[in-house]
Amino acid sequence: MINPGSEVILSVEDLRAEVDGIEILKGINLEVKAGEIHAIMGLNGSGKSTLSKVLAGHPDYTVTGGKAVFKGQDLLALEPHERATAGVFLAFQYPLEIPGVSNRDFLRVAYNAQRKAKGEDEIDVFDFDDLLEERLDVVKMDFSFLDRSVNEGFSGGEKKRNEILQMALLKPGLAILDETDSGLDIDALKTVAAGVNQLASPDNCMVLITHYQRLLGYIVPDFVHVMADGRIIRTGQKELAEQLEAKGYDWVLAEAAEVSA
Amino acid sequence: MSMQVSNGSGTQLSRRDAYLRSHLTNLTPSPDPLGLDDLRHTAQALVKEQTFPSTKDEEWRFTDLSAMLDLDFHLSLDQQPALSPLDVADVVLPEAAQSRITLVNGRYVAGLSALGDLPKGFIIGSLANLLQDPQLRPRLSQYLAQSQGSNETFAALNTAGFQDAAVIWIPKDERIEFPIHLLNLALPGSAPTLALPRCLVIAEAHSQLTLVEEFRGIGQGDYFTNAVTELYLADGAQVRHTRLQREGPATFHIGRTAVAQAQNSEYAGCAIAFGARLARHNWHIHQNGPQTQTQVHGLAVAQGTQVADLHSSVHFTQPHGSADQLHKCIVDDRAHSVFNGKIFVPRQAQQTNANQLNRNLLLSDRAKVDTKPQLEIIADNVKCAHGATVSQLQPDEIFYLQSRGIDQSQAQRLLIYGFAMEIVEKIPVESVRQRLSERLKQV
Repeated sequence: MINPGSEVILSVEDLRAEVDGIEILKGINLEVKAGEIHAIMGLNGSGKSTLSKVLAGHPDYTVTGGKAVFKGQDLLALEPHERATAGVFLAFQYPLEIPGVSNRDFLRVAYNAQRKAKGEDEIDVFDFDDLLEERLDVVKMDFSFLDRSVNEGFSGGEKKRNEILQMALLKPGLAILDETDSGLDIDALKTVAAGVNQLASPDNCMVLITHYQRLLGYIVPDFVHVMADGRIIRTGQKELAEQLEAKGYDWVLAEAAEVSA
Repeated sequence: MSMQVSNGSGTQLSRRDAYLRSHLTNLTPSPDPLGLDDLRHTAQALVKEQTFPSTKDEEWRFTDLSAMLDLDFHLSLDQQPALSPLDVADVVLPEAAQSRITLVNGRYVAGLSALGDLPKGFIIGSLANLLQDPQLRPRLSQYLAQSQGSNETFAALNTAGFQDAAVIWIPKDERIEFPIHLLNLALPGSAPTLALPRCLVIAEAHSQLTLVEEFRGIGQGDYFTNAVTELYLADGAQVRHTRLQREGPATFHIGRTAVAQAQNSEYAGCAIAFGARLARHNWHIHQNGPQTQTQVHGLAVAQGTQVADLHSSVHFTQPHGSADQLHKCIVDDRAHSVFNGKIFVPRQAQQTNANQLNRNLLLSDRAKVDTKPQLEIIADNVKCAHGATVSQLQPDEIFYLQSRGIDQSQAQRLLIYGFAMEIVEKIPVESVRQRLSERLKQV
C-alpha cells in the first residue's frame, strides 16, 4: 500500500559489497516506506540474494561502500542479532536444520531475545504456548510441529511455513523474503502467501525476492525492481512483473544497456 | 621390587612392569571375606603377568595412562564413609526413590541406599550380603566374572580385588515399573584412592529392566575408579541401561561394561560421560542368539585437558541381529576424545543390520579427536554402514540463529546443546534427561 506520507523504513544508498574479493553488489539504491511491498526480481547471479544477506549481516559478505539505514539507524554498524532485534527479518531461501533443538525452544529463545533487547521481561513457557497457538494459525500449522527439531526432516513447504511462523511471532518492521516461493507446490504457496498478506500492515514493510512472477499472483507488490549485475536496472509497478513473465528478461537488459551506452 | 636402572626410560619401564603387581599386594586379604578365593587367585595370576599398558599397545594407542604411574593408589579402608543421606539428596532420582543401591568407593552403604519391598524372586542388593545365602551363592557364581573378556587386564584387576558389588536379578517374565538407580560414589581420601566398583545384572527370560548406573565424584583428590559391570540378558529380555559418568576432576576412570545377549533380547544402552581427568569406557556386547537387538549410543563432553575414550565392540554370531550406534563427542580447549568402535559380523550372522556413526564437534583449535570406526564383515547378506565426522560449529547455522535475534555466544551454546540433546533424548528416565539438559546448557 503506497502512502506518500508514511515513514521511510529502509533506505539503501549506493550499497556495494563483495565476497572473496569479487564485487557482487555494485551500487544499490532502494527506499522502502511503511506499508509498502516491494518485489526484487532478476536472473540467477544478479545479486538479489546477496542483497538480502548483506542487509541481514551475513559474515561472508564485506560491505565496501554505501549506506543502509533502517528506521534512522545505521544498519551496517549493527551485529546480525542486533539487526534482528531492531526489526529486520530475513526469511531464508534454505532454512537451516538444527537437530536436538525443538522448534518450540528455538522460537521461545528468539522471542525472548527480542523482548530482552526492548528491555521487557522474558515470557514464561505457558504464556508463550498461548501466543504460539494463536500464531500457528497464520500458517495453518499443527501444534505437534513445535516438538520437532528445528526444520529437521521438514518438507520444503514446512520449512518455508516455519519461516513465516517465525515472522508472525517476531513481527518485524522489515521482512525480506528470499525466494520464499521456491520449491513450494501450489497449496503451500497459497498458505505462505496468505500468511504474508495477513502479516502485512501499514506499520511494516516487505521485500520479496523472487525469480518468478508466480508468488506475485498472491502477494501484490507496490513496486517491482529488476536487478542485474549487482544493480537495480529498472523499477516499475506490478505490471512490470507480468511483462517479465510474458517476455522474459532480455528486453529489460537490452534497454538498460542502451541507456548506459 | 625389580632392580631400578638410573636412566629415565629404564626406570619407567620397570615401574610399568611392577605397577599392577604393586597394586595387588594391598587388595584382598587371604582368605577372602567373600569366599571367592578361586576367582581371586585366577584374576591375580592374570594381572601379575601384565605390564601396565602404554601407547605402544594397540588397545591404548590414543590414550596415554602414563600419568597414573606417578601415583600410588590404595583401596580406602574406611568402612563407613562420612556421608549422610543429605549429601546425596541432589543426586538421587525421584523415579528411583525406593530402588537405589549406593556403593561408596566400591562398598555397599545401606544408609545411602533405598530398597523398598520387592516382589518375590527379585534380587537387588549387595553381593557380599547375598553370597551369605547358601542357595544364592552357586547361582551368583554362575555369572560373576564369567563374561567374555574378563581376563582383560583392568577387568581382572577388579575381579582380583573388588570388595562388594551391586546385584540386580529380575526373574522370568517380570518387570519393574520404576528404574533402578545404581549410584557409585567416589569419595577420595587424603592419599590417592583406588575403588573397584562392580555390578552384576541378570535379566531372566522375557523380563524387563531400566537401569541408571551412575559414577559420581565427590571431592577433588586423586582417584582411580576401575569398574566392571556385567549384564546377562536371557531370551527375550529387555534392558534399558543408562550409564552416567560424572567423576571428579582428578579421577582416572576405567570402566568395563560387558553385555551378553541371548536370542530375541533387546539391550538399549546410552552412555553419557562428562567427568574424570581421563576416562576410558570399554563397552562390549556379545549377541549369542538370533534376532537380537542392540543399541549403544553415547555422548562424551571433554573440556580443559580431559581425555574421553570409548572403545566399543558388538559381536554378532547369529542371523537377523541388529545394532545401532551413534556416539557423539564435544571436545573443547585442549581436550581429547577417542572413539574406537568395532562391529564383527562373522559368516553365520546373515541378515545382520548394523549402523555405526561417530560424530565429533570440535570447539577449539587445540582440541583433538581420534576416531576409528571398524567393521569386520564376513557374512555376505547384510546391511551395514559406518562412518565418522569431525566438524566445527557451522557459521551458517550460527548466522541463522543470529538472524532471529539470538547473539553469537547464545547461538553457539544452543547449537552445542542441540548436538548433545540428540543423545540425551534417548534416555528413558525423565529426571535424568532434565538434569543433563540443565548441565548441557552450561557447556
